[in-house]
Amino acid sequence: MKKLVVLLSLLAVAAGPAAAQKKTPVKAPAKKAVGVPAAVLAQGKSVYVQNCLSCHQADGLGVDGLNPPLAKTDYVLGDKTRLTKVLLNGLQGVDINGEPYNNVMPAQESLTDAQIAAVLTYVRNSFGNKASALSAAEVKAIRAANKK
Amino acid sequence: MNNNFTRPLLLAAALASSFGLYSLTSRPTVAPDPNNAGLKLPAGFGALVVAETGGRARHIAVTPQGNIYVKLNRPKDGKGILELKPAATGKATVTGGFGGYGGTGIAVKDGYLYASSDEDVYRYKLDAKGEVTNPTQPEKIVSGLINRRQHESKSIALDNAGNLYVNIGAYSNSCQIKDRQKGSLGQQNCPILDSAGGIWQFRADKLNQGYGSGSRYATGLRNVVGLDWNAQANQLFVMQHGRDQLHDIFPEMYDTKQSAELPAECLYALTKGANAGWPFLYYDPIQKKKMLAPEYGGDGKKEADPKYLEPAAAYPAHTAPNALLFYTGTMFPEKYRNGAFIAFHGSWNRAPEPQKGYYVVFQPFKNGKPSGPWEVFADNFAGSPEKVASGRADHKPCGLAQGPDGSLYVSDDKAGTIYRIVYNKK
Repeated sequence: MKKLVVLLSLLAVAAGPAAAQKKTPVKAPAKKAVGVPAAVLAQGKSVYVQNCLSCHQADGLGVDGLNPPLAKTDYVLGDKTRLTKVLLNGLQGVDINGEPYNNVMPAQESLTDAQIAAVLTYVRNSFGNKASALSAAEVKAIRAANKK
Repeated sequence: MNNNFTRPLLLAAALASSFGLYSLTSRPTVAPDPNNAGLKLPAGFGALVVAETGGRARHIAVTPQGNIYVKLNRPKDGKGILELKPAATGKATVTGGFGGYGGTGIAVKDGYLYASSDEDVYRYKLDAKGEVTNPTQPEKIVSGLINRRQHESKSIALDNAGNLYVNIGAYSNSCQIKDRQKGSLGQQNCPILDSAGGIWQFRADKLNQGYGSGSRYATGLRNVVGLDWNAQANQLFVMQHGRDQLHDIFPEMYDTKQSAELPAECLYALTKGANAGWPFLYYDPIQKKKMLAPEYGGDGKKEADPKYLEPAAAYPAHTAPNALLFYTGTMFPEKYRNGAFIAFHGSWNRAPEPQKGYYVVFQPFKNGKPSGPWEVFADNFAGSPEKVASGRADHKPCGLAQGPDGSLYVSDDKAGTIYRIVYNKK
């Protein structure tokens, strides 16, 4: 009997959102950064404040003509390998969303794999961004391939 | 009979209409906008929006006839220079455009309009109406100046002896081996200074000049966007953009607060051969000293070699002085005569501290030298104190020009607004 109640309530929970969506076009519940522990985001933010904020700014929107925005750009939301290499190698002379940005971004290769993974995960899930997390293992592999 | 009767009437009518005309022309017809274009100004001053260009309006020049030429950072609809003609009210429309290149510099001198891309300087002949006669075939005065994206603006100024001065900004922050890299030291003797990081002098009327035919007039200037010839002192004055990121690069020597306040943005009075000392030093406005740059052995305490040029005046760090103009008009009160207006584009490198700038400053001068403290003259280009602090300004003042009546024009490269500031009090 108890099992049945649990099962029924589970079904009700599962059916709930679907039923609601059918009735009224309610706003989709804000997606949480699935699988990104708060501790990783906090670490990422700390790395961001230390190493990125002075150019890309607290709101991640960069500086007109000088330092590119991190919000809603393919560079941040797209290919993880390319993004990781921006940190490992630095970047200059690339237009972002059709706009030129003239400052040099220095390489950040002195950051650890875990720090790079955390800050990229943070950036990909801040300033209105939503994208998958990076792991230190992924960064390690990209760094190893980058050296070759 | 009839004629005799009507003649006095006609005369009276003619007199009346000429009086009417007289009173119309003598009345000031340029009226400030009710909200002074959103600006905060000293008492007696007003401002109007001349035009919304929708382009990134860098520098601006006004002919003796009152025509306005605006240099755009990037061409808009294929036009890098916009021509505007103001109506009697001061409001203007874009009446033409030419010059399919982006850039910053623009100036009117002795019947010519000079304009620069990020590599070249061109000039166009102006006719008696102040209109360009050869929009598609300018004379190429200078070409092949270095442009490596960073500090790319080739701002220009002209003296009264037929010389053209061009800023060639250093393509680097502080001449590190690895630009802006934490802990990276300075390149020995900084080879960037051979072709950039200074002001180059050319002849204003000679075609096809380059590095070979010009001369390095002054060096050790990281990046100068605002410069102007001071006719009273017969001297070139420049506003340098000081170096960035002391904390980011040397965090053990400078905290974020120090990094926000160091170094000052400096005004320099140049003479031929002057060396302002970049990248080997920066100016500390708190200690009022030239300090040895950390890239070259400095630690925030060691002073620089005293041989380098002393700044003529200092302004808040990182506020980006993008235009300098010596006011020679008679519309504004006496205290402004021969003083300097400076347009501060606004900071980014004060973060995480609040940003600053986005205003036009007035620096009093006496006998061709800065005299007394500077003051904010035109404020609230940003739109609110919050927008100043966040750096998300609505408008960023970038260019200055003096109109034939003594009005002060300001261009904005964020939204493309052209402002005109007038004095109303009698």
